[in-house]
Amino acid sequence: MKALASILAMTTIMLFSTFTATNHGVGGYKVGDMATDFKLENIDGNTVSLSNYKDAKGFIVIFTCNTCPYAVAYEDRIIALDKKYAKKGYPVIAIMPNNTTVMPGDNMQAMQARAKAKGFTFPYLLDKDQEIYPQYGATKTPHVFVLQKTQKGNQVKYIGAIDDNYKDAAAVNQKYVEHAVDALLAGDDIKETHTKAIGCTIKV
Amino acid sequence: MKHLLFLLAVTLMVSCKEDKTAKQEADLVANDAAVTLEVYNFNELEPLLSTQDNKTYVVNFWATWCKPCVKELPYFEKLKSNYQDKNVELLLVSLDFPNKYESKLKPFIKAHNLKSKVVALDDPDMNAWIPKVSEDWSGAIPATLIFNKDRRQFFEKTFTYQALETEVKSFLN
Repeated sequence: MKALASILAMTTIMLFSTFTATNHGVGGYKVGDMATDFKLENIDGNTVSLSNYKDAKGFIVIFTCNTCPYAVAYEDRIIALDKKYAKKGYPVIAIMPNNTTVMPGDNMQAMQARAKAKGFTFPYLLDKDQEIYPQYGATKTPHVFVLQKTQKGNQVKYIGAIDDNYKDAAAVNQKYVEHAVDALLAGDDIKETHTKAIGCTIKV
Repeated sequence: MKHLLFLLAVTLMVSCKEDKTAKQEADLVANDAAVTLEVYNFNELEPLLSTQDNKTYVVNFWATWCKPCVKELPYFEKLKSNYQDKNVELLLVSLDFPNKYESKLKPFIKAHNLKSKVVALDDPDMNAWIPKVSEDWSGAIPATLIFNKDRRQFFEKTFTYQALETEVKSFLN
């Protein structure tokens, strides 16, 4: 009987750990989830939280970095997104998720230099403890999460790529993020709420 | 007149320099001519991701700029050499940007003396083809697909040699 009890206990533990492991493995937000706020250091030395933006209608949160060629290829388009949508209530918030010991080219100094060279018009935050990107479920750079401010919090409305051509901004057919934000501004449904693109694995 | 001579001298110097650079580049290209690189769009690559024969295929998506990819490449090369008589085929699919094929990718293949077949995938509409490789793929690299006619499994992760060998062995039994 004692043996049976311990088998039962072990099975329960195993089942439980399988369940939690699976949950952890899937990880991150799905469209419709509420996104966490954060308090991360910006390149100007201040900390930034979503709650600082009293007048925003939402956010274009982009996990990006200096060292990934895909992220670099999209820099000008990220700046353009901020210029177009910050004034409409959807500012870009860029977050650098890499471990800067592994990628020194992504450290705060390098981030400051890159932001200055490119003329970033948006906050470029360091996820220093690497605690924010796993909650969002970002796996790579660049990786976009469009959030809409609701009474319950910042709701995830779109997850994925910026557009459908990393190589050539002029050859883009689908501006996924613009379509998503335009739909939110117009009160319409977003046609594609989830897209995929190749990116650089976030370095842990 | 003095000015004209000076200008002439400068022009000559500049053109000599340009000649030299052009020649160096030509040499470089000649050296790399040995490296042939097949460039595919996804439709052309897709048949290679579903070959139905008696072999087990290991397809690794990588790029020269991707640190963790470069780190694990030797394990794929080792797997190729250890399992070539066991019906295991390797395919390294490079996602390097097309403008880096000559300057980065081909020199890399040559310098590392890669024995596995390397092809380049040039297809910007990634949202269209990533789910066709695997619905589970977020798009981060390195990523690896192992398949044979009975089974296929996708991994969005880095491998150690041991972990890679274990997975491949499970396809051979």
